[in-house]
Amino acid sequence: MSANARIYRARHAMGQKVQGEALVAKDGFSARYDLDRAKGVFSRPAHKLAGQSYVGKVLVLETAKGGVATAWMLHDMRSRGMVPVALVFNSVNPILAQGAALGEVTMLAGFDEDITTAIPNGAKVEIDPQAHTIAVID
Amino acid sequence: MRLNDEEKDMLAGKFGPVPKLALEHQIAVGDFFGAQDFVAVSQAHIMADTESLGEAGVRWLERLAGEKEGRRRVRIPTITDPRGTDFAKAAFLGHSSAMLSLEERAIGAFVKLGVMMTDTCINYQTVQPAILNEHVAFGDTGVVIYSNSVCGARSNYEGGPSALAAGLTGRTPRYGYHLPEQRRATLSVRVDFTPRGLNEWGALGGVIGRLAGHYWAVPMIDGIELSPTSDALKHFGAAMASYGSTALYHIAGVTPEAQRRADIASGMTPEYRVARTDIEALEQSYRKDAKVDVVVFSAPQLSIFELRTLAQLCDGRRFTVPLLAVTSPQVKPDADRMGYTKTIEAAGGTVLSGMCFYQSYAREISEAKGWKILATNSAKMVNILGGYGYVPMLASMEACVEAAEKGRLA
Repeated sequence: MSANARIYRARHAMGQKVQGEALVAKDGFSARYDLDRAKGVFSRPAHKLAGQSYVGKVLVLETAKGGVATAWMLHDMRSRGMVPVALVFNSVNPILAQGAALGEVTMLAGFDEDITTAIPNGAKVEIDPQAHTIAVID
Repeated sequence: MRLNDEEKDMLAGKFGPVPKLALEHQIAVGDFFGAQDFVAVSQAHIMADTESLGEAGVRWLERLAGEKEGRRRVRIPTITDPRGTDFAKAAFLGHSSAMLSLEERAIGAFVKLGVMMTDTCINYQTVQPAILNEHVAFGDTGVVIYSNSVCGARSNYEGGPSALAAGLTGRTPRYGYHLPEQRRATLSVRVDFTPRGLNEWGALGGVIGRLAGHYWAVPMIDGIELSPTSDALKHFGAAMASYGSTALYHIAGVTPEAQRRADIASGMTPEYRVARTDIEALEQSYRKDAKVDVVVFSAPQLSIFELRTLAQLCDGRRFTVPLLAVTSPQVKPDADRMGYTKTIEAAGGTVLSGMCFYQSYAREISEAKGWKILATNSAKMVNILGGYGYVPMLASMEACVEAAEKGRLA
């Protein structure tokens, strides 16, 4: 990590330290409502990331939307290798935390700034849940 | 989290690996949200359709169910949300043998774990509603928001793995809506009209859900002049939860924690107004076509009162496009006995039981049946089905039944 990396701290964190390319939008997230989980892309036409692949990306989004299915779906997506490498949200609901715990997906939530405007789309980022941080490294 | 002696024993594996794994999962979630301890719960409700579970989820359940008898059963009444199919109508829905096999494996595992296969998302109408201040661990957002708001019970959204964990341990981490301070209103919504049908109640819930915007927001609603029915608040809450991830609302003078406004709201909350034009705009935003491929009543499952109304509307008609009405296994025998099923099916409709349309491989149904443009009176369902490749449109039950007859939505 370079000395001048921009670092943001989250109030809530879980999972392992990971790096990846950020896929950023000021929009919500539900695995059932928003994704084609077979193809690994956002599929709800009204979603700001419609048509884009989330596989292996660090998803940086506004908040959790919709129902409870995501609690199972992240686990199934992980088993098929069709899962984001991490989830970084301004706020989450219990379902995302439960799903990330079962699916072993790194997650951060709750920032002092709007994380969807702080992290540039396409930036390389590193997430350290133990330190509760996300850093822009490239 | 602080653990009592029983929880320490559970975590040490003294009750076997199944409760230990369940408690470890609950501690991970509780730590994430800063829970201080656990709270005992009296019921759990598990959302676990196999489209969500996938092969990996079913294998996870089978691993738990493989533990020896006496060390794997739930401690409290633990019930299920709709399944991924209605086995009696699976061929009609185009469900494959692989889907049915996965469903059968999931059911087999749940039964071994001692779970009661109620297969309903309206357990507050058909099984046993929670009561004021009762701590529960409910899945299905519609069940949680109804139980929290209308019954005054205390639950967070508990996804399938966490609801099952609560069933296995008899407790859940004490955070979110288990805490009294979290239940106070965070925004005020003044409604200057009273919705007329279930689609309008759903649309109003959707508009307020969008205003609320996230799980931790609690709307306080004023201006509803009539006492709403259970079915009205079912659609209202289910849509609010769907559009906003909202888990609790209060209606002044209607819901139990808001008999006096001051009990639940301060004067400091942001205020919004919602007019009839707002719900009309929401309905209109989905009107993409006049032609209809299928009409679906589901999400939430229909009560016996809704089926009675639907049967009256279907009586004497002949449908040109399929009409599906989905209910719970508790209601279906009554609908059969009272002749509602026969009336709906005589018109060309189909009454399904124990599933819910969007939880039952909706994408695969669309591909198998060639259904794309769908009319429904469920605001929750129109919010969900766009992601499954449908063009869903929201209208009254009366207009939807007419669309099934004429093939076009007026």
